[in-house]
Amino acid sequence: MTLQLDAAERDLLGGAAGEAAAMAMRVVVSAAEMLGAGRLVEISSSHIDGCLYHGDGGVEFAERLVKGGGRVAVPTTLNVGALDLLHPGVVRSDARSTEMARRQMDAYVALGARPTFTCAPYQVGHEPAPGEQVAWGESNAIAFVNSVLGARTERYGDFLDACCALTARAPLHGLHLEDHRRATVVVDVSEVPGALKSRDVFYPVLGTWLGLAVGEEIAVFDGLPRTTTRDQLKALGAAAASSGAVALFHVAGVTPEAATVEAALTLGSDPSATAADAVLPARRVAPTARSLRAALDRLSTATDVEEIDAVAVGSPHASADELARLAALVRGRRVSVPFYVCTARGVLERVDEAGVASTLREAGIEIVVDTCVVVTPILPASRGVLMTDSGKFAHYGPSNTGYDVVYGSLEDCVASALSGRVVRDEEVWRW
Amino acid sequence: MVRDRLVARGRALVAGAGEGPLLRLTHPISFWGGIDPASGRVMDPRHPQHGASIAKTVLALPSAVGSSSSSAIALELLRGGRAPAAILMGRVDAILALGVVVARELGYEPIPVLEVSPEAWADLDDGTVLRVAETGDVHRVA
Repeated sequence: MTLQLDAAERDLLGGAAGEAAAMAMRVVVSAAEMLGAGRLVEISSSHIDGCLYHGDGGVEFAERLVKGGGRVAVPTTLNVGALDLLHPGVVRSDARSTEMARRQMDAYVALGARPTFTCAPYQVGHEPAPGEQVAWGESNAIAFVNSVLGARTERYGDFLDACCALTARAPLHGLHLEDHRRATVVVDVSEVPGALKSRDVFYPVLGTWLGLAVGEEIAVFDGLPRTTTRDQLKALGAAAASSGAVALFHVAGVTPEAATVEAALTLGSDPSATAADAVLPARRVAPTARSLRAALDRLSTATDVEEIDAVAVGSPHASADELARLAALVRGRRVSVPFYVCTARGVLERVDEAGVASTLREAGIEIVVDTCVVVTPILPASRGVLMTDSGKFAHYGPSNTGYDVVYGSLEDCVASALSGRVVRDEEVWRW
Repeated sequence: MVRDRLVARGRALVAGAGEGPLLRLTHPISFWGGIDPASGRVMDPRHPQHGASIAKTVLALPSAVGSSSSSAIALELLRGGRAPAAILMGRVDAILALGVVVARELGYEPIPVLEVSPEAWADLDDGTVLRVAETGDVHRVA
C-alpha cells in the first residue's frame, strides 16, 4: 500500500512549520511505510515515553527537536525521567548522567509537553474519551488508554510518540482501526474463586498469565467482577504488557468497548454482512489453578529466601487510593528495610499531606516521584532481595537492578518490611 | 567458484547493507531491560540467550515484546557501535526499527532492518555468516 499524504501533511514534510516538524514528519512517514499504513490519522493527545535517559542519543534527539523550533501540536504528557526532580539525592547517579538526564527532561518540557513525569498519566488528568485517536508511548499506559479508557493508540515507542505529538499525526493502522480492536480470544475466569478475584494481588498474576497465554492477541475477559477497580485493571495491563505485547484487552461488563463478551467479539464488524462473512469464532481459554500458580511463581526470582533487603511498590505509579491504603497499613509503625513507593508529583500533591504523605515518611517509607526504582539507580545496593507487589517491577527488576525479586501483595510487602523477613499469604492462591 | 546462497528475500523496513555471523534469539525480547546498551549483551537472566553479544551480528528475532523504550536502546547501541550488523525480524516491530530511523536522522550509520519469515533462518546455525543487501536479499556467505 502506498502512503497517501494530504496537503497539510506534505507542507509539514516540506518544512512549512520548521525543521523540527519536518524531521518529526519524516519519522512518522517512515513508520507508516514500515507498517504498511495507507494514510495518517489526526490525533488529539500524546504521551511521550522519551524522557528517560538511556544514553546521549536520546538527549541529542530531543535537543535537535528543540533547536529546530519544535512544539507539541496536541496536549501531551511526559513519562518518567531518570531523576526525582522534587527530591534531589534520591537518585544516586554520577554528575554527568544526572546532567544529561536533566537536559533530556528539560528538552521535552521545552517542546511544550506537561512536566507530569509519570508512567500513569491517566492518574493526573490525561484521560482521552472513548474512541478518541491518540498516540501514546509506555507499555502500561498504552494498555490502559486502549483498554480502560477505550481511546485508540497503537504501541508507540520512544521518538515516534514525540514525532506524533509534534505533527498531530500517527500512522493509520492497527489499534487505531475499530475492527483491529476486536477480541479474538475469550478468557473465561468464571471458575476462579470470587475471593481471589477480589484481591489486588490477583491482577498482576492474571496479567502475567495473559501476556504469556495470548501474546499480542486481543482478549476479552468473561467473569471478572463488575467491581474490578481501575487500579486492578492498571496492574493487569502493566503485567500483561511486560510478559507479552498486550496493548489492549477487554473486560465484559467493565471496559468501554465490552458491554458484553459478544460486543467485544464483534467490534467494528459490518452488521449487514451475511453470516458467512461474519466474525470468526473466537478461541476460548481459561486459566487454571496450576497455570496461575506458574505465572505467580514466574514473578519471583528469589526462591527459598527468608530475608529481604528492600521493598518497592508503585509500578505503574501509585494512585491516590493506593497511597492511602499503604498509609493505613503502616500508620504508627516503622519499616525495618528500605521501602520505596513511586508515584507522580501530580498524585502526591493531591493526597492529604497530614494523613498520607507524612504517615508514609514517619513509617520510614521513601516517596519517589518523577521516576522509579527500576529505571534509575535508587536501590541502596547492586544486588539483594527486593519485594514488590508489582508485576512490572517483578519482571524488570532482576535485569535492571541486579536484585532478585519476591512478589507478594501490598499487605505482604508491608508485613515483610516491618519484620525484614518474607511474609506471604499463600492461602489466597488455594483453589 | 562457490557462490553465496540466497537464504531469503526480506522486506526492507530500513534499507541498507550489512554482514555478520547469525545470532538467533529463540525467545522474543524487549531491548529495554533485555539488552545492555553499553555492552550489547543480552542481560535478561530469563532469556535463553542470556550473556550473548548482539554487537556486529546478523540478529534474527521472532518478535520483539515489552517496553516502548526499545527504540531508545536501539539508538544507543548504534551510537556506541554495539549494534547488530543487521536485524531480521519475523514480525514487524516498528518500535525497534524506529530507533534505526532516528539514528539515520541524527547522522549515525544506520543498519538494515528486514522483515523476514523465521523459516529462513530456522535451519541455519548460529555463527553462519550472512550478508544483507540493499534490496533486502539475504545471502549465506560461502
